[in-house]
Amino acid sequence: MKIMAQMAMVMNLDKCIGCHTCSVTCKQAWTNRSGVEYVWFNNVETRPGQGYPRTYEDQDRWRGGWTLNARGRLRLRGGGRLRKLLTIFSNPKLPALDDYYEPWTYDYDTLISAPAQQHTPVARPRSLISGKPTGITWSANWDDDLGGAPELARHDPLLRGIEDKVRFEFEQTFMFYLPRICEHCLNPSCAASCPSGAIYKRSEDGIVLVDQDRCRGWRMCVSGCPYKKVYFNHRTGKAEKCTFCFPRVEVGIPTVCAETCVGRLRYIGLVLYDADRVLAAASTPDEHDLLDAQRDLLLDPTDPHVRREAERAGIPHDWLDAAARSPVHALINTYRVALPLHPEYRTMPMVWYIPPLSPVVDVVRDTGHDGEHHTTLFAAIDALRIPVDYLARLFTAGDPEPVNQVLRRLAAMRSYLRDINLGREPDESIPDAVGMTGEELYDLYRLLALAKYDERY
Amino acid sequence: MNPTQGGLADALVATRRFFTRAQISPDRRAMYRTGGREADVFYRDRWSHDKVVRSTHGVNCTGSCSWKVYVKDGIITWEAQQTDYPSVGPDRPEYEPRGCPRGAAFSWYTYSPTRVRYPYVRGVLLELYREARARTGDPVAAWAEIVEDPERARRYKSARGKGGLVRATWEEAAELVAAAHVHTVKAYGPDRVAGFSPIPAMSMVSFAAGSRFVSLLGGTMLSFYDWYADLPVASPQVFGDQTDVPESGDWWDAGYLIMWGSNVPVTRTPDAHWMTEARYRGQKVIAVAPDYADNVKFADEWLPARPGTDGALAMAMGHVILREFFVDRQVPYFTDYVSRHTDLPFLVRLDPCGEANKPGKFLTEADLDREPTEHAAFKTVLLDAATGGPVVPGGSLGFRYGEQGAGRWNLDLGDVTPLLTLAGEQAESVEVRLPRFDGPGHLWRGVPARRVDGHLVTTVHDLMLAQYGVHRPGLPGVWPGGYDDPDQPYTPAWQEPITGVPAATAARIGREFADNAEQTRGRSMIIMGAGANHWFHADTIYRAFLALTTLTGCQGVNGGGWAHYVGQEKCRPVTGWSQLAFALDWTRPPRQMIQTAYWYLHTDQFRYDQFGADTFSYTNSTGSLAGRTVADLIAQSARLGWMPSYPTFDRNPLDLADEADAAGRDPADHVVDELTAGRLRFACEDPDVPQNFPRVLSVWRANLLGSSGKGNEYFLKHLLGTDHSLRADETPPAARPQDVVWHDQAPVGKLDLLLSLDFRMTSTTIYSDVVLPAATWYEKHDLSTTDMHPFVHSFNPAIAPPWQTRTDWAAFQTIAESFSALAAEHLGVRRDVVATALLHDTPDELATPHGVVRDWKRGECDPVPGLTMPRLTVVERDYPALGAHMSALGPLTEKLGAATKGVTFRLGDEVEYLRQHNGTIRGGPADGRPSLVRDVHACEAILALSGTTNGALATQGFTTLEQRTGTPLADLAAEHAGTRITFADTQNAPVPVITSPEWSGSESGGRRYSPFTINVERRKPWHTLTGRQHFYLDHDWMAEMGEGLPVFRPPLDMTALFGEPEIGTTGALGVAVRYLTPHSKWSIHSEYQDNLFMLSLSRGGPSIWMSTRDAEKIGVADNDWIEAVNRNGVVVARAVVSHRMPEGTVYMYHAQDRLIDVPLTETTGRRGGIHNSLTRLLVKPSHLIGGYAQLSFAFNYLGPTGNQRDEITVIRRRAQEVTY
Repeated sequence: MKIMAQMAMVMNLDKCIGCHTCSVTCKQAWTNRSGVEYVWFNNVETRPGQGYPRTYEDQDRWRGGWTLNARGRLRLRGGGRLRKLLTIFSNPKLPALDDYYEPWTYDYDTLISAPAQQHTPVARPRSLISGKPTGITWSANWDDDLGGAPELARHDPLLRGIEDKVRFEFEQTFMFYLPRICEHCLNPSCAASCPSGAIYKRSEDGIVLVDQDRCRGWRMCVSGCPYKKVYFNHRTGKAEKCTFCFPRVEVGIPTVCAETCVGRLRYIGLVLYDADRVLAAASTPDEHDLLDAQRDLLLDPTDPHVRREAERAGIPHDWLDAAARSPVHALINTYRVALPLHPEYRTMPMVWYIPPLSPVVDVVRDTGHDGEHHTTLFAAIDALRIPVDYLARLFTAGDPEPVNQVLRRLAAMRSYLRDINLGREPDESIPDAVGMTGEELYDLYRLLALAKYDERY
Repeated sequence: MNPTQGGLADALVATRRFFTRAQISPDRRAMYRTGGREADVFYRDRWSHDKVVRSTHGVNCTGSCSWKVYVKDGIITWEAQQTDYPSVGPDRPEYEPRGCPRGAAFSWYTYSPTRVRYPYVRGVLLELYREARARTGDPVAAWAEIVEDPERARRYKSARGKGGLVRATWEEAAELVAAAHVHTVKAYGPDRVAGFSPIPAMSMVSFAAGSRFVSLLGGTMLSFYDWYADLPVASPQVFGDQTDVPESGDWWDAGYLIMWGSNVPVTRTPDAHWMTEARYRGQKVIAVAPDYADNVKFADEWLPARPGTDGALAMAMGHVILREFFVDRQVPYFTDYVSRHTDLPFLVRLDPCGEANKPGKFLTEADLDREPTEHAAFKTVLLDAATGGPVVPGGSLGFRYGEQGAGRWNLDLGDVTPLLTLAGEQAESVEVRLPRFDGPGHLWRGVPARRVDGHLVTTVHDLMLAQYGVHRPGLPGVWPGGYDDPDQPYTPAWQEPITGVPAATAARIGREFADNAEQTRGRSMIIMGAGANHWFHADTIYRAFLALTTLTGCQGVNGGGWAHYVGQEKCRPVTGWSQLAFALDWTRPPRQMIQTAYWYLHTDQFRYDQFGADTFSYTNSTGSLAGRTVADLIAQSARLGWMPSYPTFDRNPLDLADEADAAGRDPADHVVDELTAGRLRFACEDPDVPQNFPRVLSVWRANLLGSSGKGNEYFLKHLLGTDHSLRADETPPAARPQDVVWHDQAPVGKLDLLLSLDFRMTSTTIYSDVVLPAATWYEKHDLSTTDMHPFVHSFNPAIAPPWQTRTDWAAFQTIAESFSALAAEHLGVRRDVVATALLHDTPDELATPHGVVRDWKRGECDPVPGLTMPRLTVVERDYPALGAHMSALGPLTEKLGAATKGVTFRLGDEVEYLRQHNGTIRGGPADGRPSLVRDVHACEAILALSGTTNGALATQGFTTLEQRTGTPLADLAAEHAGTRITFADTQNAPVPVITSPEWSGSESGGRRYSPFTINVERRKPWHTLTGRQHFYLDHDWMAEMGEGLPVFRPPLDMTALFGEPEIGTTGALGVAVRYLTPHSKWSIHSEYQDNLFMLSLSRGGPSIWMSTRDAEKIGVADNDWIEAVNRNGVVVARAVVSHRMPEGTVYMYHAQDRLIDVPLTETTGRRGGIHNSLTRLLVKPSHLIGGYAQLSFAFNYLGPTGNQRDEITVIRRRAQEVTY
């Protein structure tokens, strides 16, 4: 057993309002400079949609992350280091600028400096790459709020195979938002892809960083990351990525994206894991078992054995306390409502998500049942406006059951709390139906609804 | 143990063990290295900073979020939200971290290329001015020469908006601006000068800077709340209050929440979390939205009511509530509530109308066979259930003023139980005829009636049941057969074909709303917004909403009631702020104008109406509006003193005073003489004659021409005299005004000077003659409050204003000083006849008994200033001292005190405090007065002179109010009697405000703010005729409109009004669609829509959202260039195509200016327009009512709305090659 500590994040998508404040504050703080104009360490995608860069989840095309070979061994989907060395000068699996977007600005100064002329001055768009006038055909967030839209969403890789369940008609519209940062994986394929050994995972907190001195700009990390969260600075010729705001985290301040999250949906916390078991977990044969493998990898910070081993591994006592009161650990393993993004990439990502519940009741409105009652709510989850299959493709390698379980717990929480809100006797059969006690459900409510600052971080 | 790759790679990795000091894990998967952290240094440097300064963003956004502005090496680097709001309790979420992506992108402006760094003047004008200035040696003479010479004036006016701005010094620019003001005041009158800046709450001092200058001058401050169509006219109508709403933290208290036409995640971004979190507490959430808006994602149910039909849905819900909770069964909580807090039990006279009757006036004490008491015509009557006899309960308007009402203006009913319905043995069954607008004809319904002292009367409650179609046995009339009756208003089945919402859903949501209110004693809430409020008939939509919240006892309850959030934005320390902002410390009254009517006349939009004012009347009304135009009604409203009107007379008001002096007459008498003799006319009766033009307009913190100006092309043509894309036909001769002069040739270029102060370039600065460089929100001191949270917090400069920028406070001081210098020679001390409208919350409300219209011009009464016509006051203008007055707190503050909503505060102690705190002015016209030289001084004055920020004043105000109500109130502020919030406090952290009579909600004991809790809990009357919330309005014009009771009125038919094609038709020019301009995700009005971050996260330029189906009809693909054309103008934009949009409706999100990526149009060859190029002003006659109880004017309290949602346009695909 080799116990290590990891900074991790949970985002509650059921609260995400898609405002992009996180994206802007992150960009202002970190990538508001030349060479990385197109780079958003944090971005927010409207799903269904193509994401940023476009269709990054299509690993048949981009070949990021890990896969199991015929012998069941873990290997980089894009090929091992040797292949990387051989293809180092022509990397075909690299998103082009078009797949992100061609950053632009405008001739703003015309508005002030235009001489007397026939027409009202106007600021035309101009490419930040070529410096020439341009027409805008794609942006960092092109499919925002579209709810898909037939022309664009058919390229969403997650819709393949469930086309019959998603209709782009007014009455069937659905959408939700997916904010994304680097996953700071336990099994980072970016690091494994780097021929220069420039990407490292910090031993004390698991934050994955690019060593700016060692990076040689081969961009194999960009290809290797299935989330496309390593970027190439075309000015410095180096890779850059989300740093989990380590200069802030080190002094006890949450990441920019988390602290500025207006939806109050981000939780940051420390988790403990057994580094020796990462490979085995990532090599779990059945993709549907990866979620549990990943949950199992995280250790119970209150277990005396774990604490002893952790202290032996040099993890300070206050870190152990932090792990014990970690909201992230609670949401992942105590309440089991948080799920990892694309566990099938086998990178053991450390940014987890609570899937969106709403809207839920409208599907049962014509049945005549009380839409607030938990049994109706449970039944409704099968007919959610957001298809569970779509969520499963994001969070559970396509297995609908774990998603269902989370949504049932959220629905139960609402139902249970409604009685309390209205001054009625709470119905203990509700928590019972989702394998929780009333107190647990209440504590979950506190964590998700009240979400006080010092309990989120 | 599983080697990672196998084969050669594995060997290579394994081998590296021997070449590196790093430790490799046994599975060879991980490599542990020590040291080498120097590479982190880049990010550590990037993060490091020198200081963090608290500030916020200052205008037109409800957020009022406190921000941390990071500064490194004297440069603003970025911003992030503050998280230090005081806790609102252990059992609920907190306000941190308020903010949104727009605010987070603000610092981009600081150093952006669109930053206005220096003063600019239109080149051709500056050339003319320099030449004339040099020649005459006199700035004022120079200005006069230019503007009075048609050819020279045309030269610079026609160049507006076409580039050619050149740099000037502050000194020269200020002198030119001052000269324009001096000339205008002298030649035309101070009321020809206007100022526009909106929504003071989010930067009170910056607003006050300009408004103080304009007010001292005698100029006209233009309203904004009604102008933006954000004013829900239903609020003054129903509550007698401008708007008072809960803070967002109170959403948490609701058990049932309907988001109705309010896209909370987009338009209330920092508050949206309260909604998402309250769901976890078991709150049920409903979204009513025509599209799958961002908020629909969070709702348990989505009711996609068609645009503009929300009133029909609400009426059907009201039908269900009245049926199930008032008739089939009575709910004690509801019955008690409506009996005490609404007008439902009050008696209304039934007037004969053909063979039936119609609802007439409220029965008042004056109608009873008894000796009338003071203001008897304003004391409404109800019947006591016990005795069946008439009772005149306290609390109505008749008790609010005069000696007899002292101590009796309250809602105590004593032993009286009001009779809600007259049904019973003594009742007659009477048929009444009621208006309907869903189709032709009328409603024939019956009510139980009785005779009281000879008058046939019924109750408002009985009328409501008749209006809503809730049948009771034994009553005559035509009634719905049941919920499933599609023909009779207002059943659930009736609304289904109108709204598209299934009847069963409408019924169930109505039932659930009331059921939740019953279980929670009023904790059902409706968040309502622009989607419902920006329609021509929005007041009817809102009254239908408010019927739901009021019937169910939700108003005045935490977690319940209406939550209207469009533009109101509470200026919490309102008393102190208004002292400063309108210079009430030096002169009273100020000139304050309803901006919608102002531009309707002065941009000549009235010349393009194709219909009479009675188009909006109920078909069977008395016909009192027949043959008259809306412009005629504006003129009538002005001369009756209902609404203000500036310029007021067709003569300089300074000259009027001189004439009176010369004739030895009292100036008011002189004006009346001249008016009755026909020698003097109201300027609004001839807005197109040169002496009545608005001449000088200053715009700061605002973008009139790129954002709020409905009928943008009309502005460009008539106000500015430059190129435009207006295509509308003028009114045909038969439909032209009677009382307003028609000139065959409409004037172009009425305005002589457009001055703007801004930190960025907008359409307003582009079209301005002078642009002054403003400090940004991160470069000044100021104060911010909002409706949305209970705190007051501060702006502080992160850096000093860079380049030649100045704060608004400093800029207007500069202008004022230049003005004073020129005024010494050209103006001196003058007397000014100021005409003001009859004011709400003053005895002026008693001017029109029973709301019966009497027009002195038609000989129906005598012209009596302050009663049947505007109040006339003579004000001394010490123009040479104006600069000194700007920067000092004047003597009227302690001499007259300050009145807010009828409560007068005595401020002597506070003036002395400010003298000590701010320092005292030495010498000059303001000798000995407290200093307002610095913006911080102004902040301190606002805080010291307001009850919400000064506990002593809150207590004093409540004590004063107690004398009128006779009920205990002062204890509400007692916990903070010694609290004084200073500017330093607000710099430290946001500070919760103090419960004060300036507002209607109690925050005592740390509770969340909800409006009207003081009314409900302390029996303090609403500021209405009955003193209760009104379902019924008995003014003549309300009856004329058919809007005495809540009613459904569909969107205007633009095909009938203007000959536009019908929605849904597709022709050679494209598809005709409803054109809506909802608030944008990527901007706060026009601010941020030009911000590079916001553009990068959206479509990067102007866009119009349309449905997949409409796009198919005209062959448009996503991102294609399209052109939208109607009679008002032309817009070029890219299409955003999504199935989330309903067929037949497009959105051009508000407020896309013409400056970013807008090509030339195919239609006109000119630059494409803004979102408001396709709209125009349409004035609803009932919004012009004044002088009667709650229907009396106050600034931003009542006035015609600048609505824009009833518009339609034709859209087509255009050539994809665009030119600029």
